[in-house]
Amino acid sequence: MKRRAFAICVASACAFGPALAVNPDEKLADPTLEARALALSREIRCVVCQNQSIDDSNAPLAADMRVIVRERIAAGDGDAEVKNFLVSRYGNFVLLRPPMRADTWFLWFGPALFLIAGAAGFAAYLRRPAIPASQAVPELSADERRRLEELERRGGA
Amino acid sequence: MRFSAAIPFALMALIGAGLALGLTRDPRQLPSMLIDRPLPAFDLPAIANGGGFSSADVAGKVALINVFASWCSACRVEHPTLMRLAAAKRAPIYGVDWKDKAEDGAAWLRRYGDPYVATGLDFESRLAIELGVTGAPETYIVDKSGRIRYKQIGPITDEVWAETIEPLVASLEQETGS
Repeated sequence: MKRRAFAICVASACAFGPALAVNPDEKLADPTLEARALALSREIRCVVCQNQSIDDSNAPLAADMRVIVRERIAAGDGDAEVKNFLVSRYGNFVLLRPPMRADTWFLWFGPALFLIAGAAGFAAYLRRPAIPASQAVPELSADERRRLEELERRGGA
Repeated sequence: MRFSAAIPFALMALIGAGLALGLTRDPRQLPSMLIDRPLPAFDLPAIANGGGFSSADVAGKVALINVFASWCSACRVEHPTLMRLAAAKRAPIYGVDWKDKAEDGAAWLRRYGDPYVATGLDFESRLAIELGVTGAPETYIVDKSGRIRYKQIGPITDEVWAETIEPLVASLEQETGS
């Protein structure tokens, strides 16, 4: 019984997929074009909410952008052309994956640089001698040794 | 030894300074891609009162295109300034009623006053997406040759008008349209 309930859950999850903001009336009739529109919508940033794709967003402007993406795909535009249409109006910011260019190298490789710098710093810390020569405990002088012996003798008595 | 001990503090100070600088910038202020590009062609239908307008109506003069909506609370903030500008007839202001019902936009203008020489409806964000609108209010300044020269994100306050837009309008009016 439990197994059957589980199977039904899995089957329905596969059938319906994750909940999306796309309204049924926005969808294209052709499933291959719709799949392309969906993939493209996930790459385009909603400029109202800024950290969601237009596919995830419920903002009215995102809905209008989904419609325009689908219109252009239906009109025969390639993926790059649709992206260029939006980039020329909103800038590269509208792409959730910014293009790799001279001015975005730090964005793409910055985290790796920080990781390498941190690892190098940590390695240098680990390889440092336990007590540097400059901080080594100096030998006792003859005077000090005599005092120490005397203190030990008195303490031990 | 002394010197190397200062490195982590220097790094922290550097990162802190970078983050502090980041805090002073508003991520909503996206730089416009359309500066110096021609105004896209459009023809907006009228909202309930009066005629709509098209890109041809705006051509040949320095004009303001103001994106507003009845649901937009910040538009109420700039509205008195727009009314004063309209009364002074400094430059024509065209209204784009964005993602709004025509009757709601018209009722809003009846209630608070209508500063626009013409108002068009953009319910499906056709013009808004062409212009790269990210929210309301936004205002575009068009020069005599029909190019977009400035984008104001957020309300036009008296301060914004006096310090930024008025000087720009004055200098654009000196230009000869080509």
